[in-house]
Amino acid sequence: MNVQMEMKALTFKITNVYLNHCIRWIGGMNVQKTMRFMKTNYFLYLLIAPAFLLTIIFKYIPMYGVLIAFKDFSYSKGILGSEWAGFDHFAKFLNAPNFEVIFMNTLKLSAYGLLLGFPVPILLALMLNQLRKAAAKKNIQLILYAPNFISVVVIVGMLFVFLSPTGPVNKIVTLVTDHPITFMSDPEYFRAIYILSGIWQTAGWSSIIFVAALASVDPELHHAANMDGANLLQRIWHIDLPALKPVMAILFILSAGGIMAIGHEKAFLMQTALNIPTSEIIATYVYKVGLKAGDYSYSAAIGLFNSVINIILLVFVNYVVKKLNEGEGLY
Amino acid sequence: MNVKPTRLDRAVLAINACLLTLTVLVVIIPLLYVVAASFMEPTALLNKGISLNPADYSIEGYKLILGNEAMLRGFLNAVYYSAAFTFVTVVVSLFAGYPLAVDNFAGKKFFMTVFVFTMFFGGGLIPTFLVVKDLGMLNTPWAVILPAAINVWNIILARTFFKGIPKELNEAAKVDGAAEHRIFFGIVLPLSKPIIFVLALYAFVGQWNSYFDAMIYLEDQKLYPLQLVLRSILIQNQVDPSMITDRTAMAEMKRLSEIIKYASIVISSLPLLVMYPFFQKYFEKGVMVGSLK
Repeated sequence: MNVQMEMKALTFKITNVYLNHCIRWIGGMNVQKTMRFMKTNYFLYLLIAPAFLLTIIFKYIPMYGVLIAFKDFSYSKGILGSEWAGFDHFAKFLNAPNFEVIFMNTLKLSAYGLLLGFPVPILLALMLNQLRKAAAKKNIQLILYAPNFISVVVIVGMLFVFLSPTGPVNKIVTLVTDHPITFMSDPEYFRAIYILSGIWQTAGWSSIIFVAALASVDPELHHAANMDGANLLQRIWHIDLPALKPVMAILFILSAGGIMAIGHEKAFLMQTALNIPTSEIIATYVYKVGLKAGDYSYSAAIGLFNSVINIILLVFVNYVVKKLNEGEGLY
Repeated sequence: MNVKPTRLDRAVLAINACLLTLTVLVVIIPLLYVVAASFMEPTALLNKGISLNPADYSIEGYKLILGNEAMLRGFLNAVYYSAAFTFVTVVVSLFAGYPLAVDNFAGKKFFMTVFVFTMFFGGGLIPTFLVVKDLGMLNTPWAVILPAAINVWNIILARTFFKGIPKELNEAAKVDGAAEHRIFFGIVLPLSKPIIFVLALYAFVGQWNSYFDAMIYLEDQKLYPLQLVLRSILIQNQVDPSMITDRTAMAEMKRLSEIIKYASIVISSLPLLVMYPFFQKYFEKGVMVGSLK
């Protein structure tokens, strides 16, 4: 009851602030001029209409639908008709016995992935940049980029066949030990397999942007440094690496800010009944609770909890990088 | 760059070449292994692994795959979904990108805010699912085509491209009395082939390789795209019994399941891997334009 009143007051307050904002915005425009522009250029509004409509339907209506996280949603009553539940679903998740495990699994999987995976494309780009023969460079890039075009289903499928107890990897393992390793059903190996296969697939492709940044370094700089007696490693360290710094900062913010937004697509496919202790992450849990078990409200609450953490993280990481990077952040 | 290498530099370059060679091998060996395994005779593969003896090779795996109805239907569905999705998302992105590139477009800030906000916050899996369900799109191709078709990144790419088209062209046309739609369809779009190509390639590959939307929105197996068929073969280990003539023989099933997996990996990945070198330039362009923002 109390919660309901509070929610109503809050909704009222938000609407009020928003309306005021809109009135001020419209007041600030030259209405007549705008109307004239819209009349003569109605075609431009026709062009933007499909994108606008799709965004409203598939992005903004679901945002409104997030209300069910604060309700006990039942399909027959609809979103508005369902009873308010306040923060019950959030409390339920935070107090759930598996909360800590799922939360830490999510954090560890993407934090380790970022720490291990972030430097690889940079190293690749620095290495490719040293190749003198353009044709060799191009052919190597062609091969390194290829795995990026393989679907996640096929990648995980390859992991299953390669790492199966009778697969090629275990043929080598059994030469050394007497019994095969059950890679895909052992929680101990899940993270390593997930992260290393991710690097295998995407590191080459991710290096494109660094390769391009290196191509724009003025060769005169290298020449001058060479005259001054700087060797190759010193030149890479003092000329090439600083040239990559701005790109590195932006990409790091984006990936660090998205650390809790780790996708469910691959983890879900790699999940087996036995590796659940490490492979259950928030995204896979949301899917299971919501679509498998049909607990829409609880699942939406977990999803919302996750997005809020994401936004906080993004703002925080941007702030830190800005401090470290002499005022250059994402926004 | 005519920089004179010292002895130390030469050593570094040699190590660099070795490391790169190693990297290339790490990338290419698993791929070659899959291709080789897919052409093996099933029993030989199971007992010996990859061998170099030509007698151990056969195309049995491909015969099984190509004769399988589910695979074939999945392939056709994937072509259909990818083509439709590509068309919708490219048209929507181009159309939205153009007004946003017009300097004095009234409401530019409003529309940009509406679009960009969705990059940082979304309703999440369940609320989106409920919208698709309420629209009656569950279990129809629309569910995999429409919700994903709105892609802010693509709109920004298109806008960036349109901004690069010299304004004099538009102004000259306007002086000649051409209406906005004549300018867009007659002048701007024909100049936009590169960006159309980039957007289309990314859309097609993305849809071809995706499985998750299809998994949650489609129930009817007849509607499954290739990736979902692959998922049941590769990951859920459900080899379609109709692929194997002797249904009762478990041993036969076990014998053939490996070869079926390898062959289906090759069949499904080959179209993209063969095509991509020809389009590499455009894919790279997509990365670069996107990074400019």
